[in-house]
Amino acid sequence: MSDDNDILCVDRLTMRFGGIIAVNELSFAAQRGKITALIGPNGAGKTTVFNCITGFYKPSAGAINLTHPGGDSYRLDKLNDFRITKIAKVARTFQNIRLFAGMTALENLMVAQHNALMRASGLTFLGLIGAPSWRAAEKQAIERATFWLKQIGLLERADDAAGNLPYGDQRRLEIARAMCTDPVLLCLDEPAAGLNARESAALSELLLSIRDDQGTSILLIEHDMSVVMEISDAVVVLDYGVKIADGTPQQIRDDQRVIAAYLGVEDEEVEAVEQELGL
Amino acid sequence: MASIAPAESKAAAQAGAGFIFKKALISALVALVLFSLMIGVRTEAGPEGQLIYWTRFQELAGMVAAVFVGSIVVELLRRWWGPVDTPRLMPEGARKTLAVAGRAVAPVLLIFTFLVPVIFYDQRYILDLGILVLTYVMLGWGLNIVVGLAGLLDLGYVAFYAVGAYSYALLATNFGLSFWVCLPLAGILAAFWGVLLGFPVLRLRGDYLAIVTLAFGEIIRLVIINWQSLTGGPNGVSGIPRPTLFGIPLVPGENGLAALLGIPFSPSQRLVFLFYLILALALVTNWATIRLRRLPIGRAWEALREDEVACRALGINTTTTKLTAFATGAMFGGFAGAFFATRQGFISPESFTFQESALVLAIVVLGGMGSQLGVALAALTLIGGFELFRGLDQFRMLVFGLSMVFLMVWRPRGLIGHRAPTVYLERNQTISSDLVKEGHG
Repeated sequence: MSDDNDILCVDRLTMRFGGIIAVNELSFAAQRGKITALIGPNGAGKTTVFNCITGFYKPSAGAINLTHPGGDSYRLDKLNDFRITKIAKVARTFQNIRLFAGMTALENLMVAQHNALMRASGLTFLGLIGAPSWRAAEKQAIERATFWLKQIGLLERADDAAGNLPYGDQRRLEIARAMCTDPVLLCLDEPAAGLNARESAALSELLLSIRDDQGTSILLIEHDMSVVMEISDAVVVLDYGVKIADGTPQQIRDDQRVIAAYLGVEDEEVEAVEQELGL
Repeated sequence: MASIAPAESKAAAQAGAGFIFKKALISALVALVLFSLMIGVRTEAGPEGQLIYWTRFQELAGMVAAVFVGSIVVELLRRWWGPVDTPRLMPEGARKTLAVAGRAVAPVLLIFTFLVPVIFYDQRYILDLGILVLTYVMLGWGLNIVVGLAGLLDLGYVAFYAVGAYSYALLATNFGLSFWVCLPLAGILAAFWGVLLGFPVLRLRGDYLAIVTLAFGEIIRLVIINWQSLTGGPNGVSGIPRPTLFGIPLVPGENGLAALLGIPFSPSQRLVFLFYLILALALVTNWATIRLRRLPIGRAWEALREDEVACRALGINTTTTKLTAFATGAMFGGFAGAFFATRQGFISPESFTFQESALVLAIVVLGGMGSQLGVALAALTLIGGFELFRGLDQFRMLVFGLSMVFLMVWRPRGLIGHRAPTVYLERNQTISSDLVKEGHG
């Protein structure tokens, strides 16, 4: 299972909520510098897997391993929520956008650089006296934010409140904000939800540029199959908390079990598939 | 066409008049039922303990009439004003003048404050009032960090004020330390208590947080009352030394500042000194807050107010961020407390009741959470208003409460509700208050 090329390795992950098993012994790996999509029908446990990876839930059992390009390895299931972003460098976005609505787009991207800026401001003390090193760091942070605003095409609206931006812009701003934390793995929870065709295309382009130009690996939950099939390098399919298939988009497209999970099948076929899965 | 429109509007006005009349009649009826017992009949215990009563129909009629007329007036005012949140179009010129005036408020206010001791040198009352207002401005700015920026509702802010005051009082009376040594110590001790309060309340939000902070404020007060051997209990601490100007006391006699400068001594000199002292302390608070807002810690506070979950997803340690907000706010409360102790010369637990917390919180909310100028204006309005209405005796609180209700109806997000961004690329434009969150506690 473990491969030098894997950035994320999920091993027999199980998540129980009382008597309900949301994710059951799930194992999969995401490759470095690739876009891995996590798909499945509603309620399949995709967001639960995300919440386990990003530390919002503590898994009931199993291990989640993240390996940095330098070779450092982190057990994400043992790290606290904010440390997963701070130390292990995993960033995420949310299904329902969670921007700081009352702050400007630029401020949102500045907040994302909190940990680096905190160090540069000497835990606030150097910043209070306005030390030159702090000023330089702040200028650099603004430049970085400007770079990302340019990437998502929102430079003109840098000084507008994030809550005033159109829906599609807010989605892209949230991705830019996650990228400002300087992650090695970017987890996106349904980034194309609610976008029109043109905005989806722009999103695909943005994600490909993040993969190719920034070298950031991406883990993606998505319902929009056109986006998934177009940009992902690997696809993992979940249904009822278990993995039913993984492979390249082409393989997934032809997989009978995936088609069955999504579209439903005749009764005899259900029995056949159940036998195959050992249920 | 032209003749129909007025007829229509006349009909509408008539229907409106009928509605207003009906509403006023109902209000008057309710008032009649309520007041017939409360005002109409007066009961008292007679000389032998028996019940005697008499009727006061004239007063009753007066009250009902007042409610009837008042209801009509209020309804007419509402018609004239329209719904509270209608956007009001102003002519371009008026808006520009207003914008200029708005920008000028802060500098003008600051310059005026600096000149107060010069203008009112001989008026003890004005100077005393000015010191009081500035103390509350400072407390408001301190609490603004916790409530306005970090969005943590703190109902026990007076605890830190008390810690600061008692720190200075006890250190000065027991160890003879000077005000300038005690001032930072009082701030540090208050900040320490802020962190101590912060730990248990970190998991709480909203109403639950408010209740725990309220209880904390009461605990501090009760400890002060009951720890007689240290704090003197309800008798308080007296004989707290007055502040000195770098060791030179402001007293009559040879060693005093007046004698050294060769000018005649006047009791006003000490007041003027205290005035500038609290002004300096308040301005330091303001400077620090403005500065902190532009630093990562301040942005994290505001981000915490906006969305705590998103903060965690960005790798921000919400625990330490909340604790620093509590500690910083508490520190400025401690400074203000030390000043209070040296100004009064005597402190007792009575000065640190929940009412003080509520007043400071009212200043922050009324001013517009997070706005420095708004808090200063609110402190001036509230504390100044208290004094202004002093002539009204028992009706003082009534008038005060009513004016607060009207102010909040007129400006639901405080005097200055919009938010200024901490950093900008090209346009420094304010953010409308309906986007800015109040925090969840």
